[in-house]
Amino acid sequence: MNSSLIMLEISVIGLGLVLMLADLFVPAERRRFIGYAAIVALGVLLITSLSGNGSCGQFGTAFGGMFINDGLSLLFKQLFIIAAILVLFMAAEFSDKLAAGSVAEYYSLTLFALAGMLFAASSNDFTMLFVSIELITITFYVLVSFQRSKIQSLEAGVKYLILGALSSAFMVFGIALIWGTTGELNFTKLAAVAPQFADSQMFLLGVLLVLVGLGFKIAAFPFQIWAPDVYQGAPTPTTAFLGIGSKAAGFVLLLRVLFTAVPSVTAHWANLLIVISAITILYGNLCAIPQRNLKRLLGYSSIAHAGYLLLGVAALSASGQSALMYYLAGYVFTVMAAFFVITLVMRHLPSEDISGLAGLHQRSPLLAATLTIAMVSLAGIPPLAGFFGKFLLLKALIDTAHLTHNHGYYCLAFTALIGVVISLYYYFGVIREIYWGKNPEDLSPIEISSPAKLSLAICLAGIFWIGLFPDTVLNITNLAATALGK
Amino acid sequence: MSILTYIAGWPLLAALALVVVPRNYRVIIRAIAVLATLISAVLAVKMFAQFVPGANGFQFEQQIPWVESLGISYHVGVDGLNVGLILMGAIVAFAAALCSWEIQTREKEFYILLLLMTGGILGAFASLDLFFFYFLHELALVPTFIMIGVWGRGEKKNYATFQITLYLSIGALIALIGLIALYLQSGANTFDIPKIIEHAKTNPLSLNAQNFIFPLLLFGFGILVSLWPFHSWAPLGYGVAPSPTAMLHAGVLKKFGLYGLIRIALPLLPQATQSWAHVIAWLCVGNILYVGWVAMRQKDLNLLIGNSSVAHMGFIFLGIASLNLIGVTGAVLIMVAHGFLAALTFALSGYIYKQTGTLQISELGGLCRKLPFIGTALLMAAMAGCGLPGFANFVGEATVFFGSWKAFPTVTVIALWGALVIGGIYMTRAIRNILHGPLPEKWNSLVDASNVWRKLPYALLIVSLLVFGFIPKLLTEKINPDAQKIVALATGNLVSATAPGASPLNFVAQNK
Repeated sequence: MNSSLIMLEISVIGLGLVLMLADLFVPAERRRFIGYAAIVALGVLLITSLSGNGSCGQFGTAFGGMFINDGLSLLFKQLFIIAAILVLFMAAEFSDKLAAGSVAEYYSLTLFALAGMLFAASSNDFTMLFVSIELITITFYVLVSFQRSKIQSLEAGVKYLILGALSSAFMVFGIALIWGTTGELNFTKLAAVAPQFADSQMFLLGVLLVLVGLGFKIAAFPFQIWAPDVYQGAPTPTTAFLGIGSKAAGFVLLLRVLFTAVPSVTAHWANLLIVISAITILYGNLCAIPQRNLKRLLGYSSIAHAGYLLLGVAALSASGQSALMYYLAGYVFTVMAAFFVITLVMRHLPSEDISGLAGLHQRSPLLAATLTIAMVSLAGIPPLAGFFGKFLLLKALIDTAHLTHNHGYYCLAFTALIGVVISLYYYFGVIREIYWGKNPEDLSPIEISSPAKLSLAICLAGIFWIGLFPDTVLNITNLAATALGK
Repeated sequence: MSILTYIAGWPLLAALALVVVPRNYRVIIRAIAVLATLISAVLAVKMFAQFVPGANGFQFEQQIPWVESLGISYHVGVDGLNVGLILMGAIVAFAAALCSWEIQTREKEFYILLLLMTGGILGAFASLDLFFFYFLHELALVPTFIMIGVWGRGEKKNYATFQITLYLSIGALIALIGLIALYLQSGANTFDIPKIIEHAKTNPLSLNAQNFIFPLLLFGFGILVSLWPFHSWAPLGYGVAPSPTAMLHAGVLKKFGLYGLIRIALPLLPQATQSWAHVIAWLCVGNILYVGWVAMRQKDLNLLIGNSSVAHMGFIFLGIASLNLIGVTGAVLIMVAHGFLAALTFALSGYIYKQTGTLQISELGGLCRKLPFIGTALLMAAMAGCGLPGFANFVGEATVFFGSWKAFPTVTVIALWGALVIGGIYMTRAIRNILHGPLPEKWNSLVDASNVWRKLPYALLIVSLLVFGFIPKLLTEKINPDAQKIVALATGNLVSATAPGASPLNFVAQNK
């Protein structure tokens, strides 16, 4: 066994424990600065992982094949760490809205969720999949209801708890059925025996139930009901982490299950994936139109984006998987930028109504431009990250349509197109509010602290870099996609 | 570095530079914008002068690989088809920057967006890569939205802003699916247009693929060009837009879809083009006749100009549909001529609106007395709009009619009627009601364009129209050899070189 492979996960958990201890010794008013120490530590971990010397740079398996480090896990781990760093920055800005001095606790819970995501990226076994999902979900129950004095936050926490527990139950049931019929939990070993069970209803039901569980995590139709409520009620940094981290973890597990564990089953489910993806796109986009609460709007938009990401799964090709990862990489920076602006602009407002953005272009041109760029990138317009991602997804989809002659793919491509046009309406509605919204109540300039400026700069650089210079990231995602096929 | 990179790059660079200029340095902001567009206009004139007509292949080429795994590269170059468009685009952009003095709130944002739009569209016209062709054009979408929303006028502003944005996005996305399908079906594994065309010579696309892709490109690009019945965004959108935006959009951006059809659809999808030519020809009757009638009924000057500009698109479609050398040459000529004309008319209506605060034709009258310069310019624009000889539009329209006569005689007769009678009626009627007659007392305080800077944009555009009207050879000798290549690919006859009798120069000369 090669336990040095999990050094990254151990360091993150250790860091979380250190933060909890630091909480005891640092006075309440200075606790937000603990977050900056955590950011520096995560930055070091990220740089070591990028340079290839860290534990996730060495490829191999550990714990009897349960844990795997490959190109796929490396890419996702880097995304998770970047997301966590930005969430910690955001939490530091948000700390005055949390109960006095509790921010250090918030930091360490974020790190535990991060550890869960890192394990998810490396799962190669249903046990590992379940444990990592639970680590993420249970931490998020606390993170969602962290504003204990705010009734919406508690409500969101309870909703997430009930639906999360339900999805876990589905997933365990599915895993039990898979294990009961095949006797295997390991993805690699399962792939070898799965074709023999292609006619077993029990086995197929098991796989379907696992997909239901993962569908909850990524908020795909018909398991998307929780997303808008939870997004609206949760503290903004939690919403951001939920929208990125939890969704990306769901997708990496989905990729592993569908393309490593049961590729023989997946090949027959193209039409199911097409239908789910199409309905998810339409549902998310159509329901977002009437929303006035910005976080709720982004909740629906995150459902729509789950649908776009599912295009990459439905394409059933390496280029589709690569496009999915590329899209996620752009999505991380874009959504973080959007929630960062929401945190800074709306932390002193009673609710996150869109009208609170009126006059933002006068109060802070930087924040106005950042939110505009984030919305434009989410809508998928050049030269930003969202465009190249959608371009790759559509290309993969039309490629599959061309090769398989399945007209469902063309219909899916046009559904995605309709979705994009609908989404332009509400994303541009946000831009309208920023630049020519009526009756701004407050025109005082917004102070932006230098750490916040730094993280906004990171987000913007990421959005433009992924949109304008796709070569580097595309090579990484292509490499990661080849890891899946093995 | 190719001169084309500089032509498109200076405005983009200036947009970046403006980000760091403090917003209260208004003069500097304006100076940077005007200077950047001036440089790219001067460079465009230089490029136009240095262009060698009939040279083999593309000139001023530059290619930098961008995403090698997908075969995307930054590839720019000009031939006879886009050399005139780039010149027109750069001159219109300079005129639009000069006309932007009427913007007096939040100038910094306005000039950044204007420059972004300019650089994007000039780059799109120069681009020889399918991906960048689309990518650079889409840079204009967000600036259009914000410019119309913030600086637009009228009660219907919000509605028009969303209508133009959503409509244009639908068109662009349909075209995008067509372009991706084209890339995949061609099998060349590159987005490079010349390479795909070269590859298609030996491995033509299957008929099924052509019949799937061509409608996507036709309707996708058609929406962007306001092909009837997808034109309703244009008059309203231009009606509420601030005039520099309308100038750039109606003058330059709108030509993108037409250029895309000529550059991409005709040579790569020949069989589909031939079978769809009838559809295009009859749809353009919708533009010329129906929209012409709509224009006759307009009570607002901007809506009249907007509808007339949609009607003019019909002639270009007719030229493309005729699928012969004369028709395609004429189509490119009108694209250039109409760019100057649309920019000129929107600039003038912007000036009148700035002075009077209204564009209701019934409220105006006798303006020529108070605004001799603007009034004369408007008169000339209207005459150019109804196709008076001497202006570049006449050359283009006459050429298109000669080209289309053989292919679609009925449509040509209808179109001629539409051009001469309907166009004549609404243009002269507008002139009579706005410029002549008694001057209402409330307009006694109007001020004409007083100094050189104010007059320059209008003069520049009129001079361009006249130059290409009197010496169309400047353009036709450049367009001809390359239009010949496109037509040969589209019709499948590889007629070598230009037959002397077929040259549009001859009958244009005879007509004078």
